[in-house]
Amino acid sequence: MLELRKDLFADERDDNLKEIGKPTQRQDMLGHVTATSTYFNDHKLQGMLHLKVLRSPHSHARIRRVDLSEAERQPGVRRIIRGADVPRNLNTLLSLINFGKDDEPSLAVDKVRYKGEPIVAVVADSQREAFEALAKIRVDYEPLPTVFDVEEALKPGAPVINETYPKNTFTYHDVYDHQKLRFGDVERGFAAADHILEQRYQMSPIEHASTETNGSIAAPDTNGRYVVYTSTQALFFSLDTCAKILDVPSNKLHFIGGTVGGGFGGKVDTVTEPLAILGAMLTGRPVRYMIGREEEMLYCAPRGAERIFIKDGVSRDGRILARKFRCLFDSGAYTRLSSYAAVKCAAHLPGPYTIPNVYADVYCVFTNRVPATAMRGFGVTAVDFAIECQMDKLANLVGMDPMEFRILNAYRDGDMKAHRREAKNTALIECVQVAAEKAKWRIRDDFKRMSSRKDGGGPRAAVPATPREPALVTSPASQQRTVYDRPAPPPPEPLRPPPSPPPAAAPSHGAMRFSSVFGSRRR
Amino acid sequence: MAKTPLQFRHNGRDVAIFVGGGMSLLGALRDEVGDFSPKFGCGQGGCGACTVLIDGEPVLSCITLAESVAGKSIETADGLKNGPELHPLQTAFMEAFAAQCGYCTPGMLMAAKALLDRNPAPSRVEVVEAISGNICRCTGYEPIINAILAAAARGAERRA
Amino acid sequence: MPVVVRTFATPAEAAAALASDRSARFIGGGTFIMRALNEGDVGISTIVRLEERALSQIRTIGARVAIGAGATLAQILRDRDLAFLHAPARSIGGPAVRTTATVGGNLFAPSPYGDLAVALLALDATVSVMSGYGARDMPLEEFLAGRDRAAGTIVLSVSCDRPPNPDSFRFRKVARVKPKGVSVLSIAAYVPAVGGRVSGARIAYGAMAPTAIRAKAAERALEGRTLDEAGVAAAVAAAAEGTSPATDAIASAWYRREVVGVHLRRLLLGREA
Repeated sequence: MLELRKDLFADERDDNLKEIGKPTQRQDMLGHVTATSTYFNDHKLQGMLHLKVLRSPHSHARIRRVDLSEAERQPGVRRIIRGADVPRNLNTLLSLINFGKDDEPSLAVDKVRYKGEPIVAVVADSQREAFEALAKIRVDYEPLPTVFDVEEALKPGAPVINETYPKNTFTYHDVYDHQKLRFGDVERGFAAADHILEQRYQMSPIEHASTETNGSIAAPDTNGRYVVYTSTQALFFSLDTCAKILDVPSNKLHFIGGTVGGGFGGKVDTVTEPLAILGAMLTGRPVRYMIGREEEMLYCAPRGAERIFIKDGVSRDGRILARKFRCLFDSGAYTRLSSYAAVKCAAHLPGPYTIPNVYADVYCVFTNRVPATAMRGFGVTAVDFAIECQMDKLANLVGMDPMEFRILNAYRDGDMKAHRREAKNTALIECVQVAAEKAKWRIRDDFKRMSSRKDGGGPRAAVPATPREPALVTSPASQQRTVYDRPAPPPPEPLRPPPSPPPAAAPSHGAMRFSSVFGSRRR
Repeated sequence: MAKTPLQFRHNGRDVAIFVGGGMSLLGALRDEVGDFSPKFGCGQGGCGACTVLIDGEPVLSCITLAESVAGKSIETADGLKNGPELHPLQTAFMEAFAAQCGYCTPGMLMAAKALLDRNPAPSRVEVVEAISGNICRCTGYEPIINAILAAAARGAERRA
Repeated sequence: MPVVVRTFATPAEAAAALASDRSARFIGGGTFIMRALNEGDVGISTIVRLEERALSQIRTIGARVAIGAGATLAQILRDRDLAFLHAPARSIGGPAVRTTATVGGNLFAPSPYGDLAVALLALDATVSVMSGYGARDMPLEEFLAGRDRAAGTIVLSVSCDRPPNPDSFRFRKVARVKPKGVSVLSIAAYVPAVGGRVSGARIAYGAMAPTAIRAKAAERALEGRTLDEAGVAAAVAAAAEGTSPATDAIASAWYRREVVGVHLRRLLLGREA
């Protein structure tokens, strides 16, 4: 069943493996088959109350008035929680590592920015009574213009979704509205190419649809602490997020994770815990906030959609000479983790290939959609989908076998990557060779003999001259402008003037270690 | 709120509880009987995580009115073990790595039990049909199908 | 208001309870009512149950079959006399859904659900209903057309003739997820032949309109034809006439209209889906 190709890179390995390669039973498997694995909801707490939220029916609207008078009188209602009750009602998940500005309320106060945004939380004796109270809440909305498309959101004059980021893009290092990758000169690369291929790729948002929905139960515990049973994938992350939102020291919270009934990235946003704990604080009783299935599908975070433009210049012998990306992440109405996804995307470009000229602009864009979150390699999986579709198309364009095309362009040990780091321990070539073997896909002998450890470095180890912006080529060389399977999109217009040059202290290329996540510390 | 008394057999034991109007069998089992083995996955009868057996037939407890099971015999995953001994399906699931997050597992086990109790030597197609109402988001189903076939084969060996 | 469950022993009492309470709903197998309650539908306050053995019985009198509205899809699958309904019954839900889902409930199932009703429509079934006005029979087609205005009506049974030649009745459900999934569309075709030529065809669609409907244009175009490529061509060309499919999470209206003819053709020619 499991085959280990120990022949590959054999001399690099110490092969006295004790665990790897042997099927080891999961430590929770007995619990799973005896149904004794404990998920957050497998607890019966005396007097537990049920929390449900009122969600905005509008994608973008001002909240003029919230009338709770009738709802508060409903039988079984213990407490109705509003934004003003939340000690720190504005947060962003990555503020825990000083990345990003607080932009998202736990409960909306003056404005809603996506359909389904929570406005008010009802805590009642039963779920049914919570639903009945929700039905009695009256909210006056003033609908606002909406924007659902990442390119529309970037146009001047687009509705401002979040005043924290008035240009509808996340701001990196307080200054930059996108991530930038520059390596060599793509315009010269395109001019020297025999073929140009420009394509647009679009990934949809993807719902994790774990069999268990998000949820948590919070209860007053001894010593003034609160115990929280939660579905979160990120126990300490969620604990610290709650400590911040509720403005309590983190040692006031006792988080007990259990088995997560499927996460896939969809259980990190810490959506239910803050309100469940606050409900427990305000009622003195255990409170459960469990997301229903339709709620989860419609209003809880999916993997964000991504729109990716790739323009490649390839020579007729199959070498990619230049690759230019424009990636637009649809973060939805709030940042959550998309700022980080864009960084990961930029760090992944141009894919596991050595391309002498690379240019990328990666934007984290806000729209009036449900905020996006992590899922299975978010930031990378979508851009790989785009890159690999593009590789197949390029191979077809130059008349080359797609496997051989990848081997030809693969990075090798010693090559300089677009991030100005030496490629080490590369293995794409071997992966493609084994895949071809397993699929009984014939590749030529010289491609079978290629290796990640050969033919890298040397002139491929150099950092090429990289202009701040590529030279504008006045007359295109004799190149074949190729329309592939759809009309080529119009070239992206410069939507805003390029950002003013960074302060002199920042390096122009090369020397500094690439690190975008940890910006300047803010206190 | 007036509650209705409800008596039924639960994993071989007689239970008597009170249920509010409209309470589902899933809610009754978890909140009143204290059996957490059937899980809430959708509340719509679409995912199968709440599958239990009523008089031997598979049923979705989240869309079953609790009151409707008066006098009937309910089996859940909690009752599969025989004392300390695992049910052959449980052993087979372990050996075939047929669970990752484990949330669909109780429902899968009950759907499988309903199949094998009625049809001890199912074909692969019959196994797939038997679990067609159970969603798994982790394993890709193959290990689960293999586990059920293995349990059936082992049962056949024992009877031979 | 908390939910109240009222259980009755006769259809007349149950119908009266429904008629007197706008927030009352009749529960069959519970696949729709319980789902609505679980998702927080506070418009349902009273659930009306009927516990009457006769409602679940299946009776065969000669060629005529009468299925109690309380009979479950699993019951249908266990009954050899109802083999002609096994394909549609098996296509619905999974085994657990079929244990509780009732025939009567399927007649009320909103599009794109209700695949058994599609088969019964092609069989020109009659329904026996109980309402505030008492019991009466009506063609299934009439029932479906007036279904939304039929608050307080309880279906008692559904009757139809068993097709004399099993091959003349075909059913296909097109779904993205197999073996069970919600319909992109479903087709039931009753195509009896006299001397190799179709006579008195009835074709019904599911998920091509707010309720199951007859494809009358296709039926007319099939009359007197043979079931081969040339013979079915006119019916296939008219396949989408009279349909008004919805765009929903399963498929777009455009897609449904595009493929209904493709699947009709395959069904009429006896080809794989």
